[in-house]
Amino acid sequence: MILAVASGKGGTGKTTVAVGLALSARGGASLLDCDVEEPNCHIFVKPEILRREPVMVPIPKVDKDACNSCGQCSEFCRFHAIVALKTEPLVFPELCHGCGGCAWICPRGAIREIRREIGAVEVGMNGGLRFIQGIMNVGQAMSPPVIRAVKAAALEGNSEHDRVMIVDCPPGTACPMVAAVRGSDAVVLVTEPTPFGLHDLRLAAETVRKLGIPFGVAINRSDCGDGRVEDYCGAEKIPILLRIPERRDMAEGYSRGESILSAAPEYREPLLRLLEETSRMAVENKKP
Amino acid sequence: MKELVVISGKGGTGKTSITASFAALARDAVVADCDVDAADLHLLLSPEIRERREFKCGVEAVIRAADCTSCGKCEKFCRFDAIRKTVEGEEKALFVVDALSCEGCGVCARFCPAGAIDLVERSGGEWFISECRFGPMIHAQLGIGGENSGKLVSIVRDAARELAVKSGRRLVIVDGPPGIGCPVIASVAGADVVLAATEPTLSGEHDVERALSLARRFGAILMVCVNKWDLNPELTGRIEHAARAAGAEVVGRIGYDRTVTEAQIAGKCVVEHSDGPAARDIRTLWENVLRRLD
Repeated sequence: MILAVASGKGGTGKTTVAVGLALSARGGASLLDCDVEEPNCHIFVKPEILRREPVMVPIPKVDKDACNSCGQCSEFCRFHAIVALKTEPLVFPELCHGCGGCAWICPRGAIREIRREIGAVEVGMNGGLRFIQGIMNVGQAMSPPVIRAVKAAALEGNSEHDRVMIVDCPPGTACPMVAAVRGSDAVVLVTEPTPFGLHDLRLAAETVRKLGIPFGVAINRSDCGDGRVEDYCGAEKIPILLRIPERRDMAEGYSRGESILSAAPEYREPLLRLLEETSRMAVENKKP
Repeated sequence: MKELVVISGKGGTGKTSITASFAALARDAVVADCDVDAADLHLLLSPEIRERREFKCGVEAVIRAADCTSCGKCEKFCRFDAIRKTVEGEEKALFVVDALSCEGCGVCARFCPAGAIDLVERSGGEWFISECRFGPMIHAQLGIGGENSGKLVSIVRDAARELAVKSGRRLVIVDGPPGIGCPVIASVAGADVVLAATEPTLSGEHDVERALSLARRFGAILMVCVNKWDLNPELTGRIEHAARAAGAEVVGRIGYDRTVTEAQIAGKCVVEHSDGPAARDIRTLWENVLRRLD
């Protein structure tokens, strides 16, 4: 089962829940850190990194001798990543989505694609847990290719670690979040019982519904705010899978990079129940 | 006119609470919410929307089933796995575009031999020109799974700056997004001052370092404040030390205070809601920021 841990609002405890789930599952599990702009799972898992591979994206390279400055590439590109003003085209790599269109349409075959590094995927282990994280290079704008590379690395070949795959997703509801959540069998949306938490939970829930993936909610710092998140989940029939009340010792443990299981081992049972419940939801969803 | 942008790297470190309080303390500034895919500032500032504008975020491909010859070329050409075959077996294969995956590059439409693919303009959300109790506010709501959030951020910032110039206001305060990707780049490029709010956790330390190294590339004055600093005083010191070494000025610490959440539930800024430790710390923080702005 692939279980995505997502949220609308940042800082609600996605990483805490994702790491807790991966460590609770013990053998046969993988943890994928797809929050590639700010990957934090490694702080809590402390894996031994076994390999690192660059994430490359294609960008156009113009052969100046073959180019006759017809401008068709520039006209075609909707992202203004290749611009020709009656001159040989200029390429703006950060804007390029890598669709390949300019290279295909160039009537003189003057454009070929070269590969540009935008980040890396690291694969490691800690105990029985397989760990895979994506790291986007600072200054790069587009994280989805790095996110897709993390997932591809996890699904590569047959692994004994694919019984449970936990995916820590980036916050928000924009394309990086969709890229991370897509393809999972179930989703846990982590929120907090505050107006910000509720507002962003609604957006995240709508996004996951649109993707057609079953989901439930985990409420972190469940006693810090008001009852409106619980009311919303009740009205929308969204199952609440986990509640984690606020505790100073857990917050301090988090600040030092300790997983929820070291600060509060009693959460192993509720986390395992969450895994069972979401895997039941995933099976249910796949029935015709 | 000066522009102050609040970012964080890690989410949930208090950007929006700080920005809202700054709006209250600054009085006559233009406020902009550039965290467009999880916009929350309006929950504290309750703006009255004066104008709504549609955000057009490019195109998406739509296949006209009647004209499709099922050749499958579009599926092969698409680099974003946005085109799927939906019927297997003897029936005519049907190809459909998954709108959430389509990046709107137009390759499929260009290469479809039957000319069966249209590129239709898509709405990527809305943005608003509003008035809140502290002055004008520009904010937005990105559509679900929206593309091009950086472009929407640029629209919001441009509108806020334009409004400030037109109305003779001297300051624009921007609530930025978390992370370091395109919406963050669009938020900090060309800003005068970037304030990074973080928390004394290893995650907060790791993330603010990346956010600062991004912001530094754009030549803004860099500032850092540590929220909930008393959660781990030792780490707070370490973060502040690293921030100074990275060329940022440490402009304040905010103590952990439950009234921050209470204020949010009441729909108010921290400095309006109470005069507790966090409110006092934010006032001091604002004075320090203001000194550098002048």
